[in-house]
Amino acid sequence: MEQLLSNLALGFGVALTLNNLLYCLVGCLLGTLIGVLPGIGPIATIAMLLPATFTLPPESSLIMLAGIYYGAQYGGSTTAILVNLPGESSSVVTALDGYQMARQGRAGVALSVAALGSFFAGCVATFLLAAAAPPLAQIAFKFGPAEYFSLMILGLIAAVVLAHGSVIKAIGMILLGLLLGLVGTDVNSGMARFSFGIPELTDGIGFVAIAMGVFGFAEIIKNLEQGEAREVFTNKVTSLWPTKQDIKDAFPAVLRGTFLGSLLGILPGGGAVLGSFSAYTLEKKIAKDASKFGKGDIRGVAAPESANNAAAQTSFIPLLTLGIPPNPVMALMVGAMIIQGIQPGPQVMTERPQLFWGMIVSMWIGNLMLVILNLPLIGMWIKLLKVPYRLLYPAILVFCCIGVYSLSNSPFDVLMTALFGFIGYVFVKLDCEPAPLLLGFILGPMMEENLRRAMLLSRGDPMTFVTRPLSASLLAISLLLLIIIFLPAIRKKREEAFQEE
Amino acid sequence: MKLKNPKDFWSGVMFMAIGLAFAIVVKVFEYPMGTSSRMGPGYFPFVLGIVMTLLGVAIIIESMATQGEPVSKFAWRPLAFILGAVVIFGLIVKVAGMAASIIVLVLVSAFGGHEFKLKEVLIAGVILAVFSVLVFVYGLKLPFPIWPSFISG
Repeated sequence: MEQLLSNLALGFGVALTLNNLLYCLVGCLLGTLIGVLPGIGPIATIAMLLPATFTLPPESSLIMLAGIYYGAQYGGSTTAILVNLPGESSSVVTALDGYQMARQGRAGVALSVAALGSFFAGCVATFLLAAAAPPLAQIAFKFGPAEYFSLMILGLIAAVVLAHGSVIKAIGMILLGLLLGLVGTDVNSGMARFSFGIPELTDGIGFVAIAMGVFGFAEIIKNLEQGEAREVFTNKVTSLWPTKQDIKDAFPAVLRGTFLGSLLGILPGGGAVLGSFSAYTLEKKIAKDASKFGKGDIRGVAAPESANNAAAQTSFIPLLTLGIPPNPVMALMVGAMIIQGIQPGPQVMTERPQLFWGMIVSMWIGNLMLVILNLPLIGMWIKLLKVPYRLLYPAILVFCCIGVYSLSNSPFDVLMTALFGFIGYVFVKLDCEPAPLLLGFILGPMMEENLRRAMLLSRGDPMTFVTRPLSASLLAISLLLLIIIFLPAIRKKREEAFQEE
Repeated sequence: MKLKNPKDFWSGVMFMAIGLAFAIVVKVFEYPMGTSSRMGPGYFPFVLGIVMTLLGVAIIIESMATQGEPVSKFAWRPLAFILGAVVIFGLIVKVAGMAASIIVLVLVSAFGGHEFKLKEVLIAGVILAVFSVLVFVYGLKLPFPIWPSFISG
């Protein structure tokens, strides 16, 4: 406990410097902005800003990028409630009851419950992160290459189980990501693989190019294809304050949402989206009067909004303790750390305590900023929502192009991004969920490296993965997950669960 | 023969083809396989490629047994103009400078939308160009030329 307090004090020292407060604010505002705007998410935004963070100190850079992720969770709810459109995919379910509340003239209440619930969840999750990270990192130090390899297998399988859509296609996307991740120079032999004599490819495919192409450009093309249909709920946002009854209804839902979200955020493949969906489903299941849901029930706003914010924050736990990203946004954070010369993993906490604790404390400060800033700023966000998409998407394109070009100041990365924009569009057409691909892409080289080391240590005996107890149990869990998901009964249930989207 | 589940069928074909391509490249370019205790650069990609090929085949087989939606038509107009605008930007920015390239990017990409109002697009382009120059070149000090090289020399 004392250790925790002194750690947090160190964190406050870092996070409260004027510079870092400023970057935290910028991250939160940007995050809210892209959260409010439908059609651009945290993945594309973080990818876009990565090159610009190169010149920042590592603390500031990560504080800002983290702010974008959880800020987006706040912003997404505004759009969901006022426009009945999810600004962020994690607020899809918020729109169900939030928009109905807005139609009943209770938009202000919905917005403030979403914001306060998120703040509560953010505080709890930050504390969890601070408390759980050090012991987890201790365990991680005991991991050898065999354990890391098995853990990554577990992570990838869990990502498949929790992703929506076809399981078998998600596995395909992971494999594709792993293979794309191997393009470039092999670290062990120094041999250039799959680069076909193109010098730029010997450094590997840039993950910014993949992320921005698949998540940014393909998304824009898809939106343009579907045409513009957006109606902003223009009625005045009246009273922001919930009634006593509202609080009585919402508070337990916030608690449950926070708990569920925190848990799902830690899981590999989890994150904000999964958190909010599960929280909504849970509320509906345990409510005595489930018929109220979808007609403006405050619990249907409070639970998912708390859950997505909690999950956004706890998903930093596997990244910061094991160095393994549980979702694509965290995969980008790995990229951001590597740009700064930091190898993510358990050693971050011991070698760079200012960075680690500064980032955690900044999350709490960021949440505070968001709740203070957002309620008064709602009017401004509503105005932004009225900007038509035909003006918005060229702006997104401009920032994407500048971001990609400045990666290496050559047209090559821009062309690669365009190529991946096309590939991403093909994925959309074939209903292939791209998130597992990005995860595989980041893990590909790590997996190969650990596999090689493990096999070298065991003198080529693959049994090492099952004779080492930790590794064996990780693999057993993966296998169990795979079996469960292919059982016909569960498979059907899972399809139903995702139908509600 | 009519496909029962075209989306899955073509996904399967995609995975199979790419997996096979990776495995073939390993063999054709003779990336060393090494042994299981000392894996060469070809080992892991070859195994992955083969696994992905098999998975593709499995998806194709599964698609024969299930019903699914057809693959909807490609929206070539936004596809061509958006990606075209990006490619043009990448190719000209060094010579034309940031300001002009952004205006070109906005102009070309606007053709991908549903309506095109020249005045509106031009205004948006100029505003974005000014904003980007201020933020990225002056603010963040990214090494972009602002003006075309024939002006700035």
